[in-house]
Amino acid sequence: MADSFSINEEMSGRRKFLVAATSVAGGIAGAAIATPFLLSMMPSERAKAAGAPVEVDISKLEPGMLLMVEWRGKVVWILNRTPDMLESLVKVEGQLADPNSDKKQQPDYAKNRTRSIKPEIFVAEGICTHLGCSPVFRKDVAPADLGPDWLGGFFCPCHGSKFDLAGRVYKSVPAPTNMVVPPHAYLSDSRLLIGSESEGSA
Amino acid sequence: MSNIFNSMLAWVDKRFPLSSNWKAHLSEYYAPKNFNFWYFFGSLALLVLVNQLLTGIFLTMNYKPDASQAFASVEYIMRDVDYGWLIRYMHSTGASMFFVVVYLHMFRGMMYGSYRKPRELLWLVGMVIFFVLMSLAFTGYILPWGQMSYWGAQVIVSMFGAIPSIGETLQQWLLGDFTLSDAALNRFFAYHVVTLPLVLLVLVFVHILALHETGSNNPDGIEIKENKNPETGIPVDGIPFHPYYSVKDIVGVVVFLIVFCGIIFFAPEMGGYFLEYNNFIPANTLQTPDHIAPVWYFTPYYSMLRAVTVNFLGIDAKLWGVILMAGSVVVFCFLPWLDRSPVKSIRYKGPYFKIALTLFVISFFVLGWLGTKSPTPLYTLLAQIFTVIYFAFFILMPWYSKIDKTKPEPKRLKE
Repeated sequence: MADSFSINEEMSGRRKFLVAATSVAGGIAGAAIATPFLLSMMPSERAKAAGAPVEVDISKLEPGMLLMVEWRGKVVWILNRTPDMLESLVKVEGQLADPNSDKKQQPDYAKNRTRSIKPEIFVAEGICTHLGCSPVFRKDVAPADLGPDWLGGFFCPCHGSKFDLAGRVYKSVPAPTNMVVPPHAYLSDSRLLIGSESEGSA
Repeated sequence: MSNIFNSMLAWVDKRFPLSSNWKAHLSEYYAPKNFNFWYFFGSLALLVLVNQLLTGIFLTMNYKPDASQAFASVEYIMRDVDYGWLIRYMHSTGASMFFVVVYLHMFRGMMYGSYRKPRELLWLVGMVIFFVLMSLAFTGYILPWGQMSYWGAQVIVSMFGAIPSIGETLQQWLLGDFTLSDAALNRFFAYHVVTLPLVLLVLVFVHILALHETGSNNPDGIEIKENKNPETGIPVDGIPFHPYYSVKDIVGVVVFLIVFCGIIFFAPEMGGYFLEYNNFIPANTLQTPDHIAPVWYFTPYYSMLRAVTVNFLGIDAKLWGVILMAGSVVVFCFLPWLDRSPVKSIRYKGPYFKIALTLFVISFFVLGWLGTKSPTPLYTLLAQIFTVIYFAFFILMPWYSKIDKTKPEPKRLKE
């Protein structure tokens, strides 16, 4: 019974070789034909092309307000921080996992305490670095659910990760890194470009 | 009349093994005579599978797998298609009931040691069925493209991004885009209606074939095939599946359908546990709902995903969460080799196993309940404690099952 099913001892060397060679050739052919199917599942040319930068007018963004815009299908936050908020960035530093933004989650021009080009204007992808939820903007100080030490920041409702008002992650939360600051630039005082550092290059 | 039937049957039997298969798998398949309540759930799982296939086919006739039309097409089914609401509620309730009967079916196996030799492969095939079922539930939940569909999928797909080095590419390959979008919805639809159901059907077939090779286990956990009538070769404690258990199972079906209809007609959303309120809001890519939780059957694993908040052994908390979540499901596959008890059934096992199984069930329910809640420091601590208990049930099993005080197994099944 099993003889016809497995390679048996009495098979001649020539037959063994042919069985092995046919199996290998079949395996290679199988892998070859699987390749185009697997690659067809990568992002298409149309998906790759849809990533144009977004221009935002921030002249009406009052201090303390958060503006949400969409770039590459992701939410991008623009937060105009008040002086109190900027002060809180210093106070919370002891509780942060990466207060100096050593991990490359931002362009070099945003590797500073405020993680921004202009101190008050904070631009970040509004996506938790844990599992992709969008954290909630909680600017209330010391609310009941977040405890007396809370000086305002972003709280992820999915798994409880906490970030300060510069998107820096707290210690001992599920999220591993600070939030991502996308490439951005100021075309003028009130015109912000998200997704690129200069007007021409997209 | 019966002559015509008999000659037709003979004609078929010469060309296809109809009578012989009927005998081998139904009228002369001998099952232990002491099946109890817990043995309803295998056949009920088959019933729910048929329900999902039939209702699913009719739903595809009106559903549109397009990010801009999906939500509206589901509402169209609910409001404008004749009996569309019924077919959709049968499908959505069927999904939850599938997990109810499968969890009870698995628990039966854990109580009576049905995973033990010689049924290890039967158990493993069953576990693969469970994984496929979870994938089906996940891909199906995305289709209405509501807020929970979108953000639930976002979380699950991001888990693949946690895998070191290949994570990001793998995630793009899964999504067909750089973010969760129409491309992903379209392909998840393909998985949900073609790929996974086909795989599931084949696996269910293999599961039953493997069951009929080893024969069914029973609440006493002893092998009826070891005690056969020397003249007939039939196990003395066995009775033919048909008509004895086919009739018994019909009783189970009737009771199940009463419950099933009760849910469909009176509580199809089950207070937000079967269909979540946030999923009646179209997907908004800019805002996560304030409270997100998976559907009830995934909440125990979800609790473990977010239980880890510290990095250790050089692996960050995010990846640990994913490892624990995957591990909490995969670990069931090792049960046949973790259990070192000399007896199979809980009836003859000692106090250690009974305590361990009780703690495991409690931790499963507590983790499930925690998974429906927003995380707070207290809940996270509870989730951590019960995650440890959950895994201890498996990891310590080789020891406590071996030193446990067991009772002697009987030679024959009791009446």
